[in-house]
Amino acid sequence: MAAKVLEKEKLADNLFKMVFDAPRIAAKRKPGQFIVLRIHEEGERVPLTIADADAKKGTLTLIFQTVGKSTKHLSRLEVGDEVLDLVGPLGTPTHIEKIGTVVCIGGGVGVAPVYPITQGMKQAGNHVISIIGSRDKGLLILEEEMKAVSDEIVVTTDDGSYGFHGFVSQALEELYLKKGTKIDLVVAIGPVPMMRAVCSVTKKYDVHTLVSLNAIMVDATGMCGACRVTVGGKTKFVCVDGPEFDGHEVDFQELVNRQCIYLGEEKICMDHYCTCAAQKGGN
Amino acid sequence: MDMKERMKILRHPMPEQEPKVRSKNFDEVPLGYTVEMAKEEALRCIQCKNKPCVEGCPVEIDIPAFIAKVAEGDFIGAAKKIKETNVLPAVCGRVCPQESQCEQFCVRGKKGEPVAIGRLERFVADYERAQGAVEIPAIAPPTGKRIAIVGSGPAGLTVAGDLIKLGHEVTIFEALHKAGGVLVYGIPEFRLPKAIVQAEVDFLKGMGVKVETSHVIGKVATVDELFAEGFDAIFLGTGAGAPSFMKIPGENLNGVYSANEYLTRSNLMKAYRFPEYDTPIVKGKNVAVIGGGNVAMDAARTALRLGADNVYLVYRRSRDEMPARIEEVHHAEEEGVQLNLLTTPIRYIGDDKGWVTSMECLRMELGEPDDSGRRRPVPIEGSEFFWDVDTVVVAIGSGANPLVQSTTPGLDVNRWNNIVANEETGETSREGVYAGGDIVTGAATVILAMGAGRNAARAMHEYVMSKK
Repeated sequence: MAAKVLEKEKLADNLFKMVFDAPRIAAKRKPGQFIVLRIHEEGERVPLTIADADAKKGTLTLIFQTVGKSTKHLSRLEVGDEVLDLVGPLGTPTHIEKIGTVVCIGGGVGVAPVYPITQGMKQAGNHVISIIGSRDKGLLILEEEMKAVSDEIVVTTDDGSYGFHGFVSQALEELYLKKGTKIDLVVAIGPVPMMRAVCSVTKKYDVHTLVSLNAIMVDATGMCGACRVTVGGKTKFVCVDGPEFDGHEVDFQELVNRQCIYLGEEKICMDHYCTCAAQKGGN
Repeated sequence: MDMKERMKILRHPMPEQEPKVRSKNFDEVPLGYTVEMAKEEALRCIQCKNKPCVEGCPVEIDIPAFIAKVAEGDFIGAAKKIKETNVLPAVCGRVCPQESQCEQFCVRGKKGEPVAIGRLERFVADYERAQGAVEIPAIAPPTGKRIAIVGSGPAGLTVAGDLIKLGHEVTIFEALHKAGGVLVYGIPEFRLPKAIVQAEVDFLKGMGVKVETSHVIGKVATVDELFAEGFDAIFLGTGAGAPSFMKIPGENLNGVYSANEYLTRSNLMKAYRFPEYDTPIVKGKNVAVIGGGNVAMDAARTALRLGADNVYLVYRRSRDEMPARIEEVHHAEEEGVQLNLLTTPIRYIGDDKGWVTSMECLRMELGEPDDSGRRRPVPIEGSEFFWDVDTVVVAIGSGANPLVQSTTPGLDVNRWNNIVANEETGETSREGVYAGGDIVTGAATVILAMGAGRNAARAMHEYVMSKK
């Protein structure tokens, strides 16, 4: 079904927030789930995690980074424009329960999907520590929102322009694990190298860690298997079995390899898009 | 024309694109009968009284009656006749295995070749559409009953067509962004042009069927929530959507696809028109397709059209056991697909970037018959060999997608997670919930799914009308 853009905001360079009119999905979505959208008839199916939703208003908030043609195109839609299809909520929701102390880690645009999970963990009565990070201060998103749903919050930047100077994985180890803080669960979402780094730290301290994987997908309903990953030696489909898995069991190298399948095509697609846009004299 | 002369007419071959030409394009392979060919072929039907052909048709088309109209030159009348029992004639005329259904029982086939029933069905459906003569049939007065159909494949579309005519309010929920199920994501353009599927869906919409695409039932709403929304009965036709893999080493290497993914990219997402369409597909030079069914043939022929130098079809049994239609195997071979029978891969080997570069295979021989009645393939010891490939398409079947079953309490499934349903009525263990097609039988044919849809529609009509 088509969905209209109700709000649009540029959060940082290449980072956008868009609010869509999608009442059915807004009413049903749970933390950890995602949607798939298709902008126009020739478009691909793009999976994006849900950053927030308002069931009463019937709105769905997406935060995305412009990495390829489709996200670039999406970022150029204006309030009042529509995407041709928006389907969801997809994926298995995060298992949320009161377990004690939960550390919610978001890196870069990964803070967006971590936000609803953090909210859920807090509501369930957990002691929530958030660690959010980005390359530099300008790229940091959702700091206030995360603060509001956390008992403690640490902000990190790779360049030290704000907060803890270093990676989120380092902050986790230096500020908590090394000091013996008892942590019952870590949820980490962000670029693969970040999730990998967090997992190698938590493995050392034997802390259960969930990661959310952004594999390439087509239908995203379990039909095609494009998103298969190896978890604990078994093949799983990210779209239906995930997107969250035990980070200590994930074969990250395979995931990275598979994310690179269409790198050449993505460039062709982007060039084609730029040429067409130039010819049309458009944006 | 007298009977003697009629008996002399030979079955008219189907005009087709030349293999060398068609293996480079995605246009439809068979070109269809001309008016003259259709009339002449129709005259071959001797209008026998006991109509064995009709018994071979899962949706019981009155075959001699429509063929008589073709012989008279009343093609529109013929189309109307078919549509009394079949809402998808242009589709069935193309993808039904007539050789094992209607045509298998044709009296003319006892001495010589059967009447080309499928080709005639296709001809009249195409003629009607080309003439713009498709008319919306009469709809019964509204009953006030609401029907939800989950899945817009052949089963769901049939249920929708049958129940809308009876005056019910019908809504189809489709998970993908286009209606048609396997007809749009699975079967390639060169075998079933998507414009034809669209026309059949539009015909149903014209009758008043509502089609809600991008609705994943089990996620955005459950079966129980649909009842709560006021639907009186629900049909589940969610198909055989979950791809099977062989669980051998290297199956997750880059360049290894499930047939579902390969075909969905090409058919539904139109990757063969990349970059005009955004969705990419790996265009391999040496492609191995694993399997021997119609889906394997579709994948192999797609690989050729995407520009492969070599397409190898790798099947573990012999030609006689291949589940694909003979016509499909024939088409594939004509186009240059190389059959490698009695062979099976045991692992895939990749480079340092994770791309498949070769596969290790075993030769097989046939042993004693197995449960399916086919002779079991047995590996020949020491027959291991390596084979350079850059793309692999695994087409060994698909299972049931569990999204609906796992969110519908009280819905009985078997050990393969297929929904248990009464064969005659489609009734499931849940009152008011019916099921049919591949989700019940496991992967089968379009027409069997339509037959199941027909039966379920009949039972659903009785159920909602008897309900207060």
